[in-house]
Amino acid sequence: MRSVAHPNPHAVTLRLDVPDRIDHVPGQHYVIRLTADDGYVAQRSYSVASPPSDPQLEFYVERLEDGEVSTFLADVVEVGDELEIRGPIGGWFVWTADHPALGIAGGSGAVPFVAMVRHARDVGRSDLLRLAVSARTRADLPYADELISAGALVTLTRETYLERPAARVTRDELAALTSAEATCFVCGSAGFAEAATDLLMAAGVAAQRVRVERFGPSG
Amino acid sequence: MATRGFTGRAHRERDPRLPPGQYDVGSDWPVLTAEATPRLDPDRWTMSVDGLVENPHTWTWEDLHLMQQSEYQGDIHCVTTWSKLATSFGGVSVDLLLDAVKPLPSAQFVLATSTTGYTTNLPLSHIVDGQAWIVWTHEGRPLPREHGGPVRLLVPHLYFWKSAKWVTKLTLIERDQPGFWERNGYHDLGDPWLEQRYQGD
Repeated sequence: MRSVAHPNPHAVTLRLDVPDRIDHVPGQHYVIRLTADDGYVAQRSYSVASPPSDPQLEFYVERLEDGEVSTFLADVVEVGDELEIRGPIGGWFVWTADHPALGIAGGSGAVPFVAMVRHARDVGRSDLLRLAVSARTRADLPYADELISAGALVTLTRETYLERPAARVTRDELAALTSAEATCFVCGSAGFAEAATDLLMAAGVAAQRVRVERFGPSG
Repeated sequence: MATRGFTGRAHRERDPRLPPGQYDVGSDWPVLTAEATPRLDPDRWTMSVDGLVENPHTWTWEDLHLMQQSEYQGDIHCVTTWSKLATSFGGVSVDLLLDAVKPLPSAQFVLATSTTGYTTNLPLSHIVDGQAWIVWTHEGRPLPREHGGPVRLLVPHLYFWKSAKWVTKLTLIERDQPGFWERNGYHDLGDPWLEQRYQGD
């Protein structure tokens, strides 16, 4: 473990040195696997926040109060610890900055888009990626500064952001960000993902152009 | 290798129904789908079994409801590490559909296809003899849309991505052909008791 940071009280950012790492594609995830002395194992999947060019692998883990793995990662892990990880995994929810994309995130669903933003910048194709990120408050939005400077539309449901009153993201807001050739990536809780995909369809986006990554309260 | 400082949840009696690396999700049922959730009209949905069979056949929603119904009672296991224990699903056994179409001896594998285009592959031997169902109820109620409603495949002894939501077709084939997740890094068979999560397991 190279570094452990707490960007807010509900999350931890972990940066790991990984020997013989295979380059990931933005959007992919790793499994972090914890083993107790008696052999008991708990494991969960976490999206990578770093781009392939980053010498370390970065994860942003939301601390769920009853999450066996996330509470351990947030409360116990220290610099110098060794963690067992497996990956990169996934060949569907991925983007290589080779065609236009719209990323729509709810809460910590923003993490894979951080990898996409950083990668697009690395290869000089930031123009291909548009983002709409949602959270309750600005403080709840992971990587808020970085996403905002990447031009993300920010929709907050509990507080006003700039001139925008607190409200869920709307169909028109998403429609303004889509284009006929863009792939739409949706990442967030099951409820958020369901609502966002319904809005995309209502905005006329074909189901075949929507890729979804849902996560539940699975700790 | 043990993880420094990790003891796990206050020492648990591990439920013998849980395969390795799985946890009990209790009464929750997380949703995992890679696609937008379709709205399916049961009156326009059909279920076909084709490929290497003597009599390819297509059933309507009503046809299936007129067949002998059966129920699965037991556990389901998702590759993302949750298991849902002691749950139930109702529908028809895939055996009844196979009996009607008569698989040819050359049929060894099955590709299940959903209305969304999602696919998953299975050895034929894993969907016969009471191992697989086409289901439309969950714990006595209509299967919710986000969980594959109105109708999905159920193959509960394998990881749940094999239980294709919104299933509309089973195609019997001679050679194995990877489906959606199987092309995207997941294991070809997906036996939770062998922890066959990803390619190479």
